[in-house]
Amino acid sequence: MKALTSRRHPAALVLLLLIGLLITGSVYAALAPKQATAANGSASQIEDGRKLFESNCSTCHGVQATGTPDGPSLVGVGAAAVDFQVGTGRMPMVAPGPQAPRIKTEMFDQDQIDAMAAYVASLAPGPSSPTADQIDASKGDAGKGGELFRVNCAMCHSSAGAGGALTRGKYAPGLKNVEPKHIYEAMQTGPQSMPVFNDNNITPDEKRDIIAYVQQTQEHASTGGQSLGGYGPVPEGMFAWIFGMGLMVAAAVWAASRAN
Amino acid sequence: MSTTASTPRPADRLREADQPAPRQVDGLTAWIDDRTGAAPGIKYLMKKVFPDHWSFMIGEVALFSMLIALLTGVFLTFWFDPSMAHTVYNGSYVPLQGVEMSRAYASALDISFDIKGGLLIRQLHHWAALLFIVSLNVHMFRVFFTGAFRKPRELNWVLGTVLSLLAIVEGFAGYSLPDDLLSGTGLRAMQGFTITTPVIGSYLVYFIFGGTFPGTDIMPRLYSVHILLIPALLLGLAIAHVVLVMVHKHTQYPGPGKTEKNVVGYPVLPIYAAKQTGFFFTVFGILTLISTFFTINAIWVHGPYDPNATTAGAQPDWYMGFADGALRLLPGWLELDLGSFTLSLNVMLGALVLLPLVFIIQGAYPFLEAWVTGDKREHHLLDRPRNAPVRTGLGAAALTAYGILMFTTSNDIMAIKLHLSINDITRTYQVLIFVLPPLVFWAVKRICISLQRADREKVLHGRETSRLMQSAEGGFSELHEPLNEYDRWHYVSYEPTYPLLEGETGSDTPGVAGSGRKVSKARAAFSRFYFQDSINPVTPAELEAAHHDHETHEVIEASAEPREQIEAAEKH
Ligand code: HEC
Ligand code: HEC
Ligand code: HEM
Repeated sequence: MKALTSRRHPAALVLLLLIGLLITGSVYAALAPKQATAANGSASQIEDGRKLFESNCSTCHGVQATGTPDGPSLVGVGAAAVDFQVGTGRMPMVAPGPQAPRIKTEMFDQDQIDAMAAYVASLAPGPSSPTADQIDASKGDAGKGGELFRVNCAMCHSSAGAGGALTRGKYAPGLKNVEPKHIYEAMQTGPQSMPVFNDNNITPDEKRDIIAYVQQTQEHASTGGQSLGGYGPVPEGMFAWIFGMGLMVAAAVWAASRAN
Repeated sequence: MSTTASTPRPADRLREADQPAPRQVDGLTAWIDDRTGAAPGIKYLMKKVFPDHWSFMIGEVALFSMLIALLTGVFLTFWFDPSMAHTVYNGSYVPLQGVEMSRAYASALDISFDIKGGLLIRQLHHWAALLFIVSLNVHMFRVFFTGAFRKPRELNWVLGTVLSLLAIVEGFAGYSLPDDLLSGTGLRAMQGFTITTPVIGSYLVYFIFGGTFPGTDIMPRLYSVHILLIPALLLGLAIAHVVLVMVHKHTQYPGPGKTEKNVVGYPVLPIYAAKQTGFFFTVFGILTLISTFFTINAIWVHGPYDPNATTAGAQPDWYMGFADGALRLLPGWLELDLGSFTLSLNVMLGALVLLPLVFIIQGAYPFLEAWVTGDKREHHLLDRPRNAPVRTGLGAAALTAYGILMFTTSNDIMAIKLHLSINDITRTYQVLIFVLPPLVFWAVKRICISLQRADREKVLHGRETSRLMQSAEGGFSELHEPLNEYDRWHYVSYEPTYPLLEGETGSDTPGVAGSGRKVSKARAAFSRFYFQDSINPVTPAELEAAHHDHETHEVIEASAEPREQIEAAEKH
């Protein structure tokens, strides 16, 4: 003891720091709001899910969902990630590319998706799918949701929700016709290049506000006429040059050729 | 003493000239003249003759769109409030209810949702503005490619250049007013450009914004510029522009009966004026249709501007696209660290250098061309673009460069729409901006020259009839039908051109030594560049010779009736 107090070993400081971090870490883990919830699927549902997973997904994600060079590990991604990825047709991925695109498919019904989600959730805790109340847009405040959307989402998805380009062929898709559930899950799980917005960043109520905003802006997208895709000045300029100027030239030709 | 009036006196003869001349005007003109003495001016205008060609009406499309934008703009001022004061929105657009925003944005939303007809007027205003700038550009292309800018119209070209610069500044100011996320982002970019001005950048920003960005001063300032300063300049200069057209008289395309000394067309009253009135309403109608069915600048989807927020797909209106595109092309390594301060060439070149450069080159072109060609004569007959291959090529190359810059501004939208990588697109454009313009120049010049050759063929040997004739020896040859002299006119009425030689002095008539400056080496080189490949028009002697050659093959047809009706002619 004496040696330690009189001439502190350099490693002692590091040790102390580590212990401190460990304590704060576990206290935080105990007190922080829980956002990961364990799966509560029945054993038979999990078993169904495992079978579906093995025949459809394991080539890329591995038999235990621990990942292969062709696909990441799904341990801990949670039911929400599976519901989002399979529900929007992104998974099973059909072709290699910069990013798995949203595809309209009828490959799995909701029961099968739920089964696979339960299986993945049984491997390790992760975010589960939102409840019906959490995605009920009529209970959200679109005004607040809009403010959150502009600060957190517009830089990638554009303020009109029309989508935008990221580097090297990646892109943030347009949000038109995306189901409320999938909007919620996208925020929970942060698919691909999208960051995770956990319940500390954006509370469940705020997520509902965002859903309300995204839905309501879509209902008003065509105020004032055809919106030309919602991409703003670029299609408008093209339209002015091609359609507008085309009509003007046609009118000029007509006027100049008319007998007097 | 009641006979004063009737008794002729010798001195009366001296006053003869004082008697009022018999009036040559009547009706409305007379009425106005009695009150203003304006008859000479009105008569001058009414006697003006305008040639009829659709491409001459593009200028009117610009003029009318501008007027429509001005008119609808006046309506918008009734309700728009250019204030950065905070307010909470409670209008009828549900997704923004309860949101904090500036008065400017709230009043723009009110115009769109709560004022009857407001949205239509807003959309009409914006579409008219876009089409104004589109059509003034197309008008400029027409003037450029036909050589209408040559003496004596250089000044009007310069006026036009100033108008086009004012037009885009006006557009930018208007785009910034609603204070939505998109316009605020544009203003933010403008602030970023200004601050890259070496040395005085940050002071300049303080000066423009009355403090730091965004502050509260910028909105009223932009408003004054947008509704007062520039519209007044635009209107005044556009009137001056059109008056100059009248003074110079309009140019015309070469054709039978059309010379450098006359104008063939319709007098202003009644035909031309009636036609123009009708055309104004046609333009108005087209714009109204577009504004009814197509949204423009849907400010409500973007939400209010918030300095913390940005949006993907933030583009300026198309006419600012070339500057924005240049910024996207300029590589980052152009940002230079010079000891204690940074020279942001990567921004400065695109934002502060390009725009003045484009307009200086545009405004100077007529003078540059006149210097190179040494041509000091007046021109009232237009060039067919093919008969000025180098000018046409240069114009096409400039348009290509401009087009590439403009397309680059939409690189992100292209990436998502075409499923390409934005990095690859930008890299491609970085190469194209250097490679494509020279290539286009070369190709267009070659195409012009082959068209000229084909014209010469037609004049010398007639049109191909696709009728074959078998000769006594059994060989086949195609019958060629000679052009009648009216058709021929289109092909031969342009001037032969030759490069200036070094040491020669310029003159008004080719081949005659004049008092102009000695041709320098550089000027001779430019002149060679312009004219060394010239294909000159068929001369009467060449035609004569060709006809002798072909006598045997020709099918002579009676010369056709004159096809051009000459309604009126005016002497220059
Ligand atoms: C062709 C290979 C392939 C197949 C088959 C496939 N995936 Fe994937 N999966 C991927 C790849 C690659 C990624 C990573 C994508 C990325 O992030 O860009 C991925 C990502 C995921 C994710 C998101 C992981 C995360 O971190 O959020 C989930 C969930 C997922 N896959 C579930 C499935 C399910 C369920 C199936 C079967 C129905 C399946 N995948 C089939 C290749 C595949
Ligand atoms: C860094 C950029 C980025 C930000 C910020 C971002 N996203 Fe995304 N988002 C993406 C990308 C990339 C995808 C596509 C992922 C994929 O295909 O798997 C995506 C996908 C989505 C989807 C799925 C759309 C579909 O077609 O199925 C939704 C919904 C979504 N995001 C909502 C949001 C919301 C809401 C926010 C703000 C809270 C947000 N995103 C913030 C990049 C972003
Ligand atoms: C505010 C924008 C403009 C308006 C309203 C406008 C309007 C007009 C009109 C009505 C005419 C007569 C009809 C015609 O030839 O089309 C004309 C002629 C002319 N314009 Fe413009 N113009 C504008 C911009 C420009 C620009 C940008 C240029 C070139 C830089 C230009 C150069 C000329 C020239 C040289 C003529 C004479 C053409 C001739 O006599 O053949 N104008 N303009």
